[in-house]
Amino acid sequence: MAVLLDRNTRLVVQGLTGREGTFHAKAAAAYGTTVVGGVTPGKGGTTHEGWPIFNSVHDAVRETGANASVLFVPPPAAADAIMEATDAGIPLAVCITEGIPTVDMLKVWTFMEGKKTRLVGPNCPGVITAGQAKAGIIPGHICKEGRIGIVSKSGTLTYEAIHQLSKQGMGQTTCIGIGGDPLIGTNFIDALKLFAGDPDTEAVIMIGEIGGTAEQEAAAYIKSEFKKPVVGFIAGQTAPPGRRMGHAGAIIAGGQGTAAEKMEALTKAGVRVAKSPADMGAAMKEVLGR
Amino acid sequence: MYDRWLFDPANRRQLTYILPVKIHEYQAKAVLARFGVPVPRSEVTFSADNVADIARKLGGNISVVKAQIHAGGRGKGGGVKVAKSPEEAQQFAKSILGMTLVTHQTGPAGKKVGRLLIEEGLQIDRELYVSIVIDRASASPVIIASAAGGMDIEEVAASHPEKILRETVQRGTGLLPFESRKLAFGMGLDGAAAGKFAKVLASLYEAFMATDASMIEINPLVLTKEGNLLALDAKVSFDDSALYRHPELKELRDESEEDPLEVEASKFSLNYIRLDGNIGCMVNGAGLAMATMDIIKLAGGEPANFLDVGGGANAEQIRNAFKILMSDANVEAVLINIFGGILRCDVLAQGVIAAVKDLGVLVPIVIRMEGTNVEEGKRLLQESGLNFATADSMGEAASKVVALAAAPKGTK
Repeated sequence: MAVLLDRNTRLVVQGLTGREGTFHAKAAAAYGTTVVGGVTPGKGGTTHEGWPIFNSVHDAVRETGANASVLFVPPPAAADAIMEATDAGIPLAVCITEGIPTVDMLKVWTFMEGKKTRLVGPNCPGVITAGQAKAGIIPGHICKEGRIGIVSKSGTLTYEAIHQLSKQGMGQTTCIGIGGDPLIGTNFIDALKLFAGDPDTEAVIMIGEIGGTAEQEAAAYIKSEFKKPVVGFIAGQTAPPGRRMGHAGAIIAGGQGTAAEKMEALTKAGVRVAKSPADMGAAMKEVLGR
Repeated sequence: MYDRWLFDPANRRQLTYILPVKIHEYQAKAVLARFGVPVPRSEVTFSADNVADIARKLGGNISVVKAQIHAGGRGKGGGVKVAKSPEEAQQFAKSILGMTLVTHQTGPAGKKVGRLLIEEGLQIDRELYVSIVIDRASASPVIIASAAGGMDIEEVAASHPEKILRETVQRGTGLLPFESRKLAFGMGLDGAAAGKFAKVLASLYEAFMATDASMIEINPLVLTKEGNLLALDAKVSFDDSALYRHPELKELRDESEEDPLEVEASKFSLNYIRLDGNIGCMVNGAGLAMATMDIIKLAGGEPANFLDVGGGANAEQIRNAFKILMSDANVEAVLINIFGGILRCDVLAQGVIAAVKDLGVLVPIVIRMEGTNVEEGKRLLQESGLNFATADSMGEAASKVVALAAAPKGTK
């Protein structure tokens, strides 16, 4: 079953004709994803690498039956593109774009309220369901079909977790990169709820970062409702206070939003927290008693 | 700063308060004044010679000499002085300009004062606090106000949380007059002052949205004996993702306030932060870069920096990154940790080999790479004839680099 993406996914790529869009559309298709076409305003009616290009997401949905979108749209146009996908009624929009202005994201939030589209990201590596489909930039070849779900704020650290799991013989259901920005569409709790309802997902790795309190809120949810085993890791245990570490959300100030606080909250919620990023796979093995 | 209370667990809310693009007080006031926020009359100067003239021009006997640095706590550090005459203002200016100001926000090294703001003196009746930031949980702007302005707002929040007022702004409608009135009356202002406060807040809100600010903080917002409201101090920072549409704000950057290596790195779109340790790190991805710092510390070492070369880095970018890394004289060993997704390991290896040869890097280098074309990458490193240590896991890489950095000089 997995979550968000599977063999029935029909993916449209917003920004397919750009360099990144082309590269990752090909990679998604090579992984087995049904990529149905692209959207580039003004290039409708043309084809690119064999895919039909549409002027609007509405056109793409009507012509191809697309049910998911991945966005490789430059930051100034990305918020508009998310809202267009929402207006076209696409159930899932995965926005890879980094650097969307916060004020634009406020508009996106207002626009999406009450509508049926789920946004993943922005500024995220995307989503992959092992052996079935991917939307984004997570390398497919490191994944292995299995029963572990991953939800993560960080891109390459997600790859690290996938790699550790695969190497130790534990495959994945779906890996969700939710992104490290302050305003994101799908948060830890949303992703955990998806995994809770997926019979194929047996356990979850959750990767957080310093800054904000999303991890603490997830811990509260896990404690009260989430029944599957969770392994956690928090990046930035040694980050100096007050400095931004890449992700706009990744900063600690005045001794709050720290890794220690998050690790404690997760531990208290019954999560097996790996202290070292090298131990995520081993911790999962231990938790599953294998 | 108010950061700590924002993250107070009691609050259970999180606000974006990232301050990547900071500007000086006088610049912040000029930006806010454009939107109708009343500010005291003032003039900025880079020299102490003309300060008496400036003070005379501002009128009245009292003037205030304020050091312009990118940090709070200037008053306590001796960077803000009230002068009783233009001559005294000149004397204060001479002593403050060029001094190294150490405050709780500058770090022990302090910041050198290169600019002064000379401001008119005001007859102050009350000092208030007001700020605007984005609340993550509700994804909405939030206004924070307090009658206890002019003090460390963190301390106010800790000792008198009831004195901190919050108002979440609906995204659809924007700030509404009644919300401003709620805050004004909550701070105990009378009708006339409340009306003025609503006007000031409307201007601040407009400025916040129009400039893509990430934070506006006025502390204090003063009510004068004549009944006027003015922003006596102002901190504004901007969302760096939106700077492309504000060329006028980009020019306000003062690079002398930033670490020179960090400025250099930003020219190559490298995300670099200098730290105090001796192990240089080069990593792709912010989360993995933080995790790499963590594992170095767990292995008993100290990272010299945070460096994220980005997901799509090429050989040229690797070279630039090496250059920045090696400009830090404290670096005694380097750990490269790359998980190649888009960035292929063979491209990385070529980039590292070229950079090490070109730049004549002498310190030991530990490379851990994984992902696309990893075997080819490893082969290139082995055949380069250069002395790289490789590792198959993050844990192994960390212990190797810590051992190499700790080894006495000459044995590396």
